[in-house]
Amino acid sequence: MPKNVPVVEKILSANDQLARENRLAIDAAGVFSINVMASPGAGKTSLIEQTVRALTGKLRVGMINGDIATSLDADRAAAAGAAAVQINTGGDCHLDAVMLHDALPRLDLRSLDLLIVENVGNLVCPASFALGTHKNVLVASIPEGDDKPYKYPGMYRGVEAVVINKIDLLPYVTFRMDYFRQGIEVLNPGVAQFALSCSTGEGLGGWLDWLTAQVRKR
Amino acid sequence: MHELSVTESLLEIALRHAQQAGATRVTALHLVIGQLSSIVDDSVQFYWDFVSKDTIAEGARLHFRRIPTELACQACGERYAPDGENLACPKCKGTRVRVAAGDEFRLDSIDVEPDAPPEEQDAEERPRR
Repeated sequence: MPKNVPVVEKILSANDQLARENRLAIDAAGVFSINVMASPGAGKTSLIEQTVRALTGKLRVGMINGDIATSLDADRAAAAGAAAVQINTGGDCHLDAVMLHDALPRLDLRSLDLLIVENVGNLVCPASFALGTHKNVLVASIPEGDDKPYKYPGMYRGVEAVVINKIDLLPYVTFRMDYFRQGIEVLNPGVAQFALSCSTGEGLGGWLDWLTAQVRKR
Repeated sequence: MHELSVTESLLEIALRHAQQAGATRVTALHLVIGQLSSIVDDSVQFYWDFVSKDTIAEGARLHFRRIPTELACQACGERYAPDGENLACPKCKGTRVRVAAGDEFRLDSIDVEPDAPPEEQDAEERPRR
């Protein structure tokens, strides 16, 4: 007869352990880091581009971009002035701590103030894999619809800031901001929220102030 | 979906605990998965049959205990299942809630056999990813 052996261990404990190692390496270099997640097309790369442009000269920014293929996004960030490294996940739908662990030595962390990690466009899988960054940031966008917090609660629960992008499209799209914000508030009370438009620049100031304050706290 | 990474992690944990228990065979894994954790049972079992090959856990059955999402209202204490459209408390309409259940994602226990047939004794632990 088989006997039952208690385990009680989180299934992704190995990933979590490596995420802790990543955090130690990032901390040792005195860098503040964020993990930017969103569905494809929400505006992760646009937000990063705008952020890098606005902060160039004030902060030294590095960027690690995860994508299934191509280095288009890393190229955009590099053109905006960031030290950029590309990870091609080769089909994987998310970044994990192992991939970040391998990518970190490719940047000179000590020469940076802020490290931005751009995750693979996906509202499901990246939420399950801690990377070791300090804060998780979710980029939502108006055309995606106001029901996304309700449909992807795992993602909305696991972040420290929500950027609501493309507010310039509000006049053209049915989007109940109250309903959307109520979903966020229930899942993640008190989470920082920034409504903005990467195309017009409206609202970017609040996001940049928050991010800069986080970096200065390091 | 990320079932392959999940399955690889699962194997590592199961083999480590089996070894600690001095077991020579793992026959079953008991998983506890909350509704908020998005994995597909059948896919995990499918990948499992591949990744566990040539280990002492080859052929083990995966048992999933699913935990439904339950929210607890911070204002009135009501515990309720969200209906998908609305997350606010059905009793007092409060929106300050916490997730009381549904985010579980763990391996609770494994079934092992202490004695293996002779041909199984050389089975080695797969290296970690």
